[in-house]
Amino acid sequence: MSRTPTTTLGGVAIRTPFWVLTGGLAVIFLYPLVWTAVSSVAPRAGTSQTEGWGFGNYLALVDYQAGVWVYLFNSLVVSVLTVAMTLVLSLLAGYAFARFRFPGKNGLFLAVLGILMVPYATLLIPLYVLLNQVGLSNSLLGVALVLTVFQLPFSIFMMRISFESIPREMDEAAMVDGCSNFSALWRVLIPAVKPGLITVGLFAFLAAWNDFFAPLILINDSNRMTLPLAVSNLRGQVQGVVDYGATEAGVVVLALPCIVLFLILQRHYVRGFMSGAFKG
Amino acid sequence: MSVGALSSPPVRARPARRGAREALKGWLYAAPTAIFILLLFVLPLVTVFRMSASDWPLLAGDRGINFPENFTDAVRNRFFLDSVVFTLTYTVLATVLLIVLGLGLALLVQESTRWKGVLRTAFLVPSALGLASASLLFYVLYSPIAGPFAELMHSWGVSFLGTPEAALWSTLFLIVWRYAGFYMLLMLVGLQGIPDEVYEAARIDGASRWQIFSRVTLPLLRPTLALTTVLCVTGSLLAFEQFYILTKGGPDNSTITVVQLIYSVAFQGQNDLGVAGALSVIVLLALVVINFVQLRAFRTTEES
Repeated sequence: MSRTPTTTLGGVAIRTPFWVLTGGLAVIFLYPLVWTAVSSVAPRAGTSQTEGWGFGNYLALVDYQAGVWVYLFNSLVVSVLTVAMTLVLSLLAGYAFARFRFPGKNGLFLAVLGILMVPYATLLIPLYVLLNQVGLSNSLLGVALVLTVFQLPFSIFMMRISFESIPREMDEAAMVDGCSNFSALWRVLIPAVKPGLITVGLFAFLAAWNDFFAPLILINDSNRMTLPLAVSNLRGQVQGVVDYGATEAGVVVLALPCIVLFLILQRHYVRGFMSGAFKG
Repeated sequence: MSVGALSSPPVRARPARRGAREALKGWLYAAPTAIFILLLFVLPLVTVFRMSASDWPLLAGDRGINFPENFTDAVRNRFFLDSVVFTLTYTVLATVLLIVLGLGLALLVQESTRWKGVLRTAFLVPSALGLASASLLFYVLYSPIAGPFAELMHSWGVSFLGTPEAALWSTLFLIVWRYAGFYMLLMLVGLQGIPDEVYEAARIDGASRWQIFSRVTLPLLRPTLALTTVLCVTGSLLAFEQFYILTKGGPDNSTITVVQLIYSVAFQGQNDLGVAGALSVIVLLALVVINFVQLRAFRTTEES
């Protein structure tokens, strides 16, 4: 992203307003996060942390209803299942779309992209009915299946272009060495498409960990709730009294893994957008 | 699967047979996805149309045809018109704000310097949060009891969620905070696609900075603008979490979106999946039409 100096906002006269503007913007974007994190451990009347700094609000969260560990576990199960299914499906389908000609190939690819055209909300109600019919009501697996489907358009597209960017000679070289087709894919191609897999996995995790709508509709049993649902229920359970402190703690627990993952994998996050999917 | 070893160079199968074998292998790799699509996308899509034409209470299940009635009931719902108007208003405001601010931020941090890299990260961090988490965060932030502006709100007599207008703009602020970095990133990808030579040529011709922006950058950015607009309009028309968590549709039912209406018809009280299905079909068709019109509009301006 190099531009010649003449297009930059150069010159001393406009330098100071630039710093003020950008500094102010950075503060606006970071302030809500910082305030919530600080406030969750700060003393405040009406919360579980009334005197001195400490983790009282987090302890309240631990004791909330079924306990935060149950909700964390549920969220983790949904996230791991979604990431695993998304990775396997998009790896295999991406390979199929990049390397083989087969009847119905274009139709199937269009169907995958068609998922983008249909609103999530419109499909959740029939999915609720259908999952009930096959005994997957109140099931974390059911939630993960639904979340996986909505990850497929991006993930399969991503894996298709990842495979397409690898020269075919690599497959052939592996097969000449005596590998069967399947182990050629496994041993040679997976390391080559690893960046694509990381991007797909990251997006699948963020989507599954954070999703609110699917568990809201598909889960009624409070012991099966995921963390976003449980934290949202902190508002107004006991006679409309909101535990703001515990809510803040919940938001921090929800946001922290996402922010840490984002900062570590920022390159892969940005890559998802650079993949060409959005070049129009 | 030792088929692959057999098809390696020494054995030259006839082209037709090779094609058939390739097709079989292709399908084997694509089969899991095809099954997923069929069972978890095509089947529910068919079901929602069936639902929209059936008498279908939440607990009792399908009780036969109820064709035009579901749709007339859907349109006659006392929140239908209000929710459509509100959703459209919200969509227009959110789209204009996010496209303008996304592009503005992108232009601001376009060059790679260390400070601009820091800024880009700062703008992007909120987009790693889930919409539900972000809504809960602002629920506390906007609170007249626990928020950082609580005392200010008391002394000035204002509230973030107390009036319909305040609730709308407060939600818009949350959405801008959560998504501006995301749209900035998309704009940056688009800006990167414009070759330096084009700017060079414009500068040699003596174009001012504003002229370069309006005559070079904007027209060449059209594909990106089209994509981001379609993305933003679609997302906003389907808004749910931010209102469900932040405003709960209030005050005075002033912030009910269409998707919230579908949810409440299906699961809160009425428990009528037939009418909810009819509303879903209406949303689905409206979305197809709106996206079609948008893409058409962007294409015709390109030709002219």
